Amino acid sequence: MRSVPLLSYLRAINRALGDEMERDPAVFIMGEDIRHALTNTTTGLLARFGPQRVLETPLSEQGFTDFATGAALAGRRPVVEYQIPFLLLLVFEQIANQANKVPVMSGGQARVPITFLLPAAGWRPGWGGQHSDQPYSMFAHFGVKTVLPATPTDAYGLLVSAIRDDDPVTFFAPIAAHGVRVNVGPGDLVPVPLGVSRVHRPGSDVTVVAVGHLVHDALAVAADLDGEVSVEVLDPRTLYPFDWAGLAESLEKTGRLVVLDDSNRFCGLGAEIVATAVEEMRLDVPPIRVTRPDGAVVGCLPELDVALQPSREQLVTAIRAVVKGC
Amino acid sequence: MKSAWPARPCPEDLYHTIRLIRRFEERAIELVRSGDIISGIHACIGQEAVAAGIGAALRRDDIMVAHHRAHGHMLAKGTDPGRLLAEMAGRATGVARGRGGSFHPSDFSVGVFHCSGTVGHGAPMAAGAGWVLAQEGAGRVAIAIFGDGAVNQGALLESFNLASLWHVPVVFVCENNFYATTLPVETAVAGSITARAAAFGIPASAHDGMDPEVVFDATAAAVVRARDGGGPTFLEFSCYRFEGHHTFELKAGLRYRDADEVSRWRARDPLELAAGRIPADRRRQIDEQVEVDIEAAVRFARSSPKPEPGEAFDYLYASGLRPRGGMPANWTGRQRDASRSGLVGTGTVRETPAGRSG
Repeated sequence: MRSVPLLSYLRAINRALGDEMERDPAVFIMGEDIRHALTNTTTGLLARFGPQRVLETPLSEQGFTDFATGAALAGRRPVVEYQIPFLLLLVFEQIANQANKVPVMSGGQARVPITFLLPAAGWRPGWGGQHSDQPYSMFAHFGVKTVLPATPTDAYGLLVSAIRDDDPVTFFAPIAAHGVRVNVGPGDLVPVPLGVSRVHRPGSDVTVVAVGHLVHDALAVAADLDGEVSVEVLDPRTLYPFDWAGLAESLEKTGRLVVLDDSNRFCGLGAEIVATAVEEMRLDVPPIRVTRPDGAVVGCLPELDVALQPSREQLVTAIRAVVKGC
Repeated sequence: MKSAWPARPCPEDLYHTIRLIRRFEERAIELVRSGDIISGIHACIGQEAVAAGIGAALRRDDIMVAHHRAHGHMLAKGTDPGRLLAEMAGRATGVARGRGGSFHPSDFSVGVFHCSGTVGHGAPMAAGAGWVLAQEGAGRVAIAIFGDGAVNQGALLESFNLASLWHVPVVFVCENNFYATTLPVETAVAGSITARAAAFGIPASAHDGMDPEVVFDATAAAVVRARDGGGPTFLEFSCYRFEGHHTFELKAGLRYRDADEVSRWRARDPLELAAGRIPADRRRQIDEQVEVDIEAAVRFARSSPKPEPGEAFDYLYASGLRPRGGMPANWTGRQRDASRSGLVGTGTVRETPAGRSG
């Protein structure tokens, strides 16, 4: 049996960027420290594509985000990288109010095909309250297409689809998933359509919807509970538009739902998933969310921070509760 | 290679543009009063010379990103008055199919990409578009138009930096009408407006914005410089809006400007200034033609259909994605006990995958 190379999460992003820039001259990337590939996503791209397509920016996030919208209106497909999650809050206006609204306000004249790339989403031990956010629910709330891949192959395939999509897409790469490596063979690196979920592990007793890096926690818990509870692990992959049909199909089988979500609890993605399932889908018992707390500020002390993040122990408790509740 | 200086507009053309904008705005105010334009408008009456001079200096394929007071700029850029009025009246025949309205219209057929509601934030978009135009090498330029209220916005100042760093062919135009809604410029702007751009290495100058020929000369020089790879230029045009910030002032009775100041500026009405440069009989002919054209525009707007409520989701996504409605389709109440055969959720139709293959 021949060996296949291991692909890391960030290397998958790098491959997708290079492949799309090669395929389509309208694609370019802009951001901070990208010539030196500080986030490891742009390694080798400057040498291949030159400074006009690997556009190093000063620290002017609001300005260069609107700049990207202008470039998109003029026919380009920008990928804009932000190093730190809170920077997406700084440019929320530019993404949600400009890039995402200009097309509809133009009555269909305009398209704004930008990918907003956040290669380091979520908590990093010790990095403090302004470096550990997970703001994906905010973008989904505003109707900005939002993806949160859990694996290297999904990161590759969803980034390719995001770049080719004619609308703005925010792409969150959870830090806690960076360590995931997979064997890839020919044919594994293909576009993954937006809005289509993935069942990582089939099961019959309970559906666990897990997002981003939490998919791997859910899979570990499902393996631990094997023999006690049959857990289906469903990864939406795209948070907006959400694959409601995929969720309904899973719940039709299990009738029980636990959502594992790294958002803050109040108005977070988990709330939307639970609400929609309750309104529209088969549920035999009330569903449970495992999330960050309301208004969580994940700080710089791992001893405290871990307590603020959804855990495998909480997930086990939630799974047993919904199974017992039937 | 040196680009050709834009053809000097004849005084009759400048007068025609100013007259067209003036009458367009006056009729639009009447349509606000009659309820045809429900948003109200930000009329540019008094500031027409800026639009006329800029419009004469640009090519049709140049890109413009403007602000909420942009009817005049669009007309001067070549937008059809009937389709612009239809846009303001929320008609499906509008330049943006009624989705932009008076505040955020766009007309890609004449290069108007966007009118930003976030004050000053159109400037970085113009810079981004101009950066692309430079690489295409066809000598096209971008122009950003904003008011004095925009010059304290961070994103605008950031765009000066980016445009200067990257030699973007963009002309930044500040229409200084001395008030940001009610706030006088001298109580809002520390330092000077032109010094802001100059600090980023952008040639910056201030001009009389009530004289369309002055506006044309300054803009033409900046446009030629941009076409020839000289990078961005900043122009400040002092001007004055004779009406309120928005038509709500017709009822609001705000008192932030004194009558003497308004009459001093009205004495320099750009319409009369431009009229003074053409024969009286030509003025009459132009006025008559403008009336005919404006009335045709009003008839077109009023007789055009409004979009159907069922079209509310159209154009929301360029990829054609249709989002869920505010309530599940065919809702019949709590469905937990419904049949377990097949999907019970009625609002769970799988979204069309938005990503294109290939």
